[in-house]
Amino acid sequence: MDIAGYIQLVFSDYTLRTVTLGTAILGAVTGMLGSFAVLRKQSLLGDAISHAALPGIALAFLITGSKDSSVLLIGALVSGLIGTFWIRGITRKTHLKSDTALGLILSLFFGFGMLLLTFIQKQPNANQAGLDKYLFGQAATLVESDVWLMSFVTGLCLLVLLLFWKEFKILLFDKDYAQTLGFNTKFIDILITTFIVLAIVLGLQTVGVVLMSAILLAPAGAARQWTNSLGLMVFLAAMIGASAGVFGTAISASQDNLSTGPVIVLVALVFVLFSFVFSPRRGLLFKQLRLIRNRNDLELQKTLAFMYHIVEDHKDTSHPHAIKILNNFRGYSHKGLRKLVDKNYVNIDGDMWSLTPKGFEAAHNLYNQNQKND
Amino acid sequence: MTSAQFEIQLIASLVAIACAIPGTFLVLRKMAMISDAISHSILPGIVVGFFITQDLNSPFLILLAALTGVLTVVLVEKIQQTKLVKEDTAIGLVFPALFSIGVIMIAKFAGDVHLDIDAVLLGELAFTPFDRVFYGDMDIGPKSLWVIGIILTVTLVLLFAFFKELKISTFDAGLATSLGFSPLIIHYGLMSVASITTVGAFDAVGAILVVALMIAPAATAYLLTTNLKKMIVLACIFGVFSAISGYWVAHGLDASIAGSMTTILGVVFLVVYLFAPSKGLIAVVYREKQQRTEVSLITFLLHLKNHTEAEERHVNHLNEHINWQKVRSKTVLNLALKNNMISITDELVSLTEKGDEFTTKAIDYILTNEDAQIEDMKEDFFLFRG
Repeated sequence: MDIAGYIQLVFSDYTLRTVTLGTAILGAVTGMLGSFAVLRKQSLLGDAISHAALPGIALAFLITGSKDSSVLLIGALVSGLIGTFWIRGITRKTHLKSDTALGLILSLFFGFGMLLLTFIQKQPNANQAGLDKYLFGQAATLVESDVWLMSFVTGLCLLVLLLFWKEFKILLFDKDYAQTLGFNTKFIDILITTFIVLAIVLGLQTVGVVLMSAILLAPAGAARQWTNSLGLMVFLAAMIGASAGVFGTAISASQDNLSTGPVIVLVALVFVLFSFVFSPRRGLLFKQLRLIRNRNDLELQKTLAFMYHIVEDHKDTSHPHAIKILNNFRGYSHKGLRKLVDKNYVNIDGDMWSLTPKGFEAAHNLYNQNQKND
Repeated sequence: MTSAQFEIQLIASLVAIACAIPGTFLVLRKMAMISDAISHSILPGIVVGFFITQDLNSPFLILLAALTGVLTVVLVEKIQQTKLVKEDTAIGLVFPALFSIGVIMIAKFAGDVHLDIDAVLLGELAFTPFDRVFYGDMDIGPKSLWVIGIILTVTLVLLFAFFKELKISTFDAGLATSLGFSPLIIHYGLMSVASITTVGAFDAVGAILVVALMIAPAATAYLLTTNLKKMIVLACIFGVFSAISGYWVAHGLDASIAGSMTTILGVVFLVVYLFAPSKGLIAVVYREKQQRTEVSLITFLLHLKNHTEAEERHVNHLNEHINWQKVRSKTVLNLALKNNMISITDELVSLTEKGDEFTTKAIDYILTNEDAQIEDMKEDFFLFRG
């Protein structure tokens, strides 16, 4: 299928359109909120929350008997919040560390959820099938009302982000300062955490409990590499999340037997990998290039300084010397010498070199700077 | 109790012990979430191994999957070294990647073979007695029992052989290095054991619940003791207890055994979290309240020592002067009276001889920056605590 055909299909086919829209919106909202999770060093909280939401889904079904996704999501939200605040309680009041608290809540809640799910499966009413889609997610089961719910939550989240932008930002980077300014840090903290939980819960149906945390982290992790500004990072993360949703859906739709959730995760992780390597300021590639350039610069300066020391006692600083004497100096290379010639610092005549007045001046300044820095 | 039931409980108990031992060290080394990452990322290893061997219990598959687990740890460390993201983000990025690859591989290639994600993630303890090992014609027990038995034996041997090294490198990596143990070897050794245990146990209890069996007993034990040996033994006891009682709960509810084992672990943790003698929530909250009152008391006594004027020592002026609420001033006043630190005559508070001695000593300690000594002094002077 060619791309134009696919795009046409997205607009004409109900399921494909719903799923594409749904995953795009989901990617955007988790990208936005994920930025806060990553910057607050709560990356793994997403993993814990998504697992902790499972018993809530099962309990909501047991109590109401309804499979309506908004009812189940309220259950998931409540149990996700309980999990989050219990994690906090554990790290605050006992000497258990946050990783232990996260792992505890994650596995204990998930195990309890599994107990409930298997219990439900054995129940005599036939209505229970399909709850296990929350385990691994089934984007294909998204319907229009789910997309409306997602858009509503995204809108709400945007509104809150805009309203409390200043508060969120200051809490993120300097909590103590926020407190001294008189902000109610507890309230802001709970607000942002609640929205992170909400975003995670929203994605459970699409990508499932296990992979949800990656959708939260990956766009933010990628966006972080391109900017140091929070606003830009949140925007970029939303864009990356949405593209991961759209491309992931497209790839999984073009193949048989390819579940959407894992593909979206992999696409998002490709974005991360690309950002790790190619981001101009932090990326590995440019970092390596900068390293090489700096090393070359340094060796050039070392060569120049060495020459300066040789000529410094001479009356005529441009007196020629043999290139040979440079050979026992580490860091000297022919390439470096040629570069010095290009810069007009050095003249070469046969096997002899001599510093030009300009080169002498530059080397002298270099030396002064070193002295000043010492 | 049928022999199958007995075997299930035996396997579950062995899995619990095999998980609790590495789990204790993971919790102490603040690496609990690594076990979560390993449990997810072994999936592609299992899938590839399964394609090759067609047997979920083959040693080759276990080794291959365990290798994926160690690979996860290495990848996380490499990403962390680039300093592009924090450690927790690195963990959160690596395991979903490997897990997704595993899920896609299963969906693409293993549609018709007996390997689905549910089996890998959730396990089914109830079926383990049916897959048996035969020596010649003799039935020598379920396969899982052998697998987990061997893993447990190896773990125990390693634990006894390297207990000292493990202990030192866990609590003081610097000392371990200077004594000539390589923390790196111990680190990767521990990771390998954790990976192998995870893989060996996933067949029985499922990959995710292995995490519960590793972390929960150790964390529960950590709330009760600070002695490493006691902690390991306690963790094993909690694990076995949850394995056996979990089995019977599952039996009663007709639900997943692994799920109910975890739920029992959760209940045990909750009880200990609330009621542990000195580190439980109730004890901590009580102690915080006690300390708050006692700090107020000391502040109050110091205030008395500093002031001889009548208006500074009047009972009713307390709340205004030290800015306390009424209830609080009353508590502090009563505590001071009970401990014979003060006497009240005509609504004027003054220090008794004992109170004066206490306050003088306290000032000494505060001036010489030895505030910690005040805790011991409280033991000597206080008849009643706050």
